[in-house]
Amino acid sequence: MSDMNAATVTRYRDDFLKEVEANVEEGDWVKMCMQCGVCSGSCPLGPHWEHPPQELFMMIRANKREEVLSSASMWYCTSCYNCLVRCPREVPITHIMHGLAHYAERLGLAPKELPTRKFSKIFWKNLSSSGHANETSLALKLYFMNGFGEGIKKAIEMLPVGLGMLRAKRMNPFGLFAHKGCTDKKGLNAILDKAREIELAKAAKYQA
Amino acid sequence: MTDVVATNQTILVVGGGISGLTAALEAAECGKQVILVEKGPSVGGRVTQLYKYFPKLCFPTCGLEINLRRLKANRNLRVLTMAEVTAIDGEAGDYRVAVKLAPRHVNDNCTACGDCADAVEAEFDNEFDFGMGQRKGAYLPFNMAWPQRYVLDPRLIGTPDADKAKAACKADAIDLDMVEETVEMKVGAVIWATGWKPYDAGKIQPYGHGRFTNVVTNMEFERMLDPFGPTDGKIVRPSDGKAPTNIAFIQCAGSRDRNHLEHCSRICCMASLKQTTYVREQFADDVTSTIYYIDIRAIDRIDDFYRDVQADPNVKFIKSKVANITEDRDSHGLLLHGVDTEGYHRYSNPHDLVVLATGMEPSVPAGQVPGPVTGDEHGFVAADGAIFGAGCASEALDVNRAVQNATAAALRAIQVVNRVAATESRDV
Ligand SMILES: Cc1cc2nc3c(=O)[nH]c(=O)nc-3n(C[C@H](O)[C@H](O)[C@H](O)COP(=O)(O)OP(=O)(O)OC[C@H]3O[C@@H](n4cnc5c(N)ncnc54)[C@H](O)[C@@H]3O)c2cc1C
Ligand code: SF4
Ligand code: SF4
Repeated sequence: MSDMNAATVTRYRDDFLKEVEANVEEGDWVKMCMQCGVCSGSCPLGPHWEHPPQELFMMIRANKREEVLSSASMWYCTSCYNCLVRCPREVPITHIMHGLAHYAERLGLAPKELPTRKFSKIFWKNLSSSGHANETSLALKLYFMNGFGEGIKKAIEMLPVGLGMLRAKRMNPFGLFAHKGCTDKKGLNAILDKAREIELAKAAKYQA
Repeated sequence: MTDVVATNQTILVVGGGISGLTAALEAAECGKQVILVEKGPSVGGRVTQLYKYFPKLCFPTCGLEINLRRLKANRNLRVLTMAEVTAIDGEAGDYRVAVKLAPRHVNDNCTACGDCADAVEAEFDNEFDFGMGQRKGAYLPFNMAWPQRYVLDPRLIGTPDADKAKAACKADAIDLDMVEETVEMKVGAVIWATGWKPYDAGKIQPYGHGRFTNVVTNMEFERMLDPFGPTDGKIVRPSDGKAPTNIAFIQCAGSRDRNHLEHCSRICCMASLKQTTYVREQFADDVTSTIYYIDIRAIDRIDDFYRDVQADPNVKFIKSKVANITEDRDSHGLLLHGVDTEGYHRYSNPHDLVVLATGMEPSVPAGQVPGPVTGDEHGFVAADGAIFGAGCASEALDVNRAVQNATAAALRAIQVVNRVAATESRDV
């Protein structure tokens, strides 16, 4: 168990809802859910979730901490916002899904082999290093996410799409070697450092 | 010119539904002078569109008849139909009111023989049936309408149909020269009882009302049951006019929803439970009903009614708010998609008729009342403001509670005019 995880377990013993309210983005909305089911039924990926949002919210209230935080479910959210616009209580479901995933990641409880988790990490690294996403290198990294052999297969499969994008000037082949990024990288780094500092301070509060 | 005698000891009741009628009759039977202003061509309001009343399953016409008898017997009550209040100025005990009277083009010579209706050719969507059927350009809104006087649709004026109607009338009741007029009067107290209107189901996009032929509202369903209604009293699938086999009711369609109406409309749970008894009455064991719900709100004594419906093996309950509906274009069959709350099972259930339990919103939102009212955030008019809200204008109510509420409003109004009377007799 990570230190932070152990600390939060002690602090919020038997009250996972409170823990979520304090630490998860928009977490204080969870108690507003009236269990109607519209979100779960509206999610285009819903059939693939082990626990759809409605069920996750009930599990939070039922104190099922381990099951929720180690669940793959919220990692399936594609941010289509279908649930959010239909929820009769205007619960910001999409944001809570990402908040839960992020919180589980911070605690070191997120399942390791999830493609969406891997994608998030690759994407963040790609974006934060220069301030602009480098699409060429991002695409290549994603192809090779599951090993060399599969990467080659994927790259060949996507070749016609890639060529089409080149022709339509939607992709810069030299981006791999000379990606410009944003002008003030130092400023960007300062912003990100500050954000990290705030987040760590917030987390530290619960470690006492 | 219509003349109306009124003083600041007169009570004005706006809206002639069951609530307005009740308030007006209670006050008039206490000896007060009352003027009842109704926007439509006849009194009775929404209950005249219902087949039966929960919880007793009696016919609304029965209660209406009693009220009409009281009304005809009372000299203190003056009813103005096709009339709308356009301004209320002043304060309790001393209001000045303007009432706009729309031309009916039929005077009180009318014997309701119906010759004018036979004579005209033009037909229009029948608003009484929510446009499910057509009516003639000269018409009686419904069989029991009071006053029993025909109406000439203003769209006929200037067409040959208008002259045909006039020529056909043996009672000399048709007056094509009638024009809109506004009368002003003084009144002491105002009761606002303009009732409710069904929430526009078309706004609930995922349910497809208006796009899918076999998705109807609960009020449209009520109209199907009327033997003189658009389907001669038969429950049918609008797509082919045939009997359905497997009906779904969707609760809270547009109510308890921050995207639509925030309030619980209170009556729609009971309305759907009641409507499953219509299904049983017409089809015995041949047709099933399924109610999709968040929670069933059948309160206090009405709970027995809920238990009886639960005991019906042909009625199924699924705890889930349906997420969306899809339609098969050829068969017009419907699939209801969602996840239930008792086990989180995902379903896609076929039904061939869907009834949306749409709720009620105030027909005149408080902000649009042309006078000093206190409104809440849902647009209902407070019962204890300067103007007294009554019935469904003040909150979502069933008939029983609307009538109690209207009686309370009558009492409030009587207190105001009694105070006026006391001051005036002192002043003399
Ligand atoms: C599907 C459904 C089924 C229902 N079934 C039942 C049931 O079985 N049992 C039961 O107890 N209740 C039932 N109800 C509830 C019932 O319909 C209401 O309680 C009842 O209609 C309330 O009467 P009201 O007079 O307050 O309002 P309304 O019936 O709406 O009457 C208001 C009147 O005011 C008039 N008006 C509107 N605007 C103006 C204006 N600006 N100026 C003048 N007049 C105006 C209208 O024309 C109307 O005549 C049902 C409701 C629904 C939706
Ligand atoms: S749609 Fe909203 S209220 Fe309904 S179950 Fe989902 S989060 Fe809860
Ligand atoms: S009465 Fe029932 S169907 Fe109507 S809004 Fe309330 S809970 Fe929903």
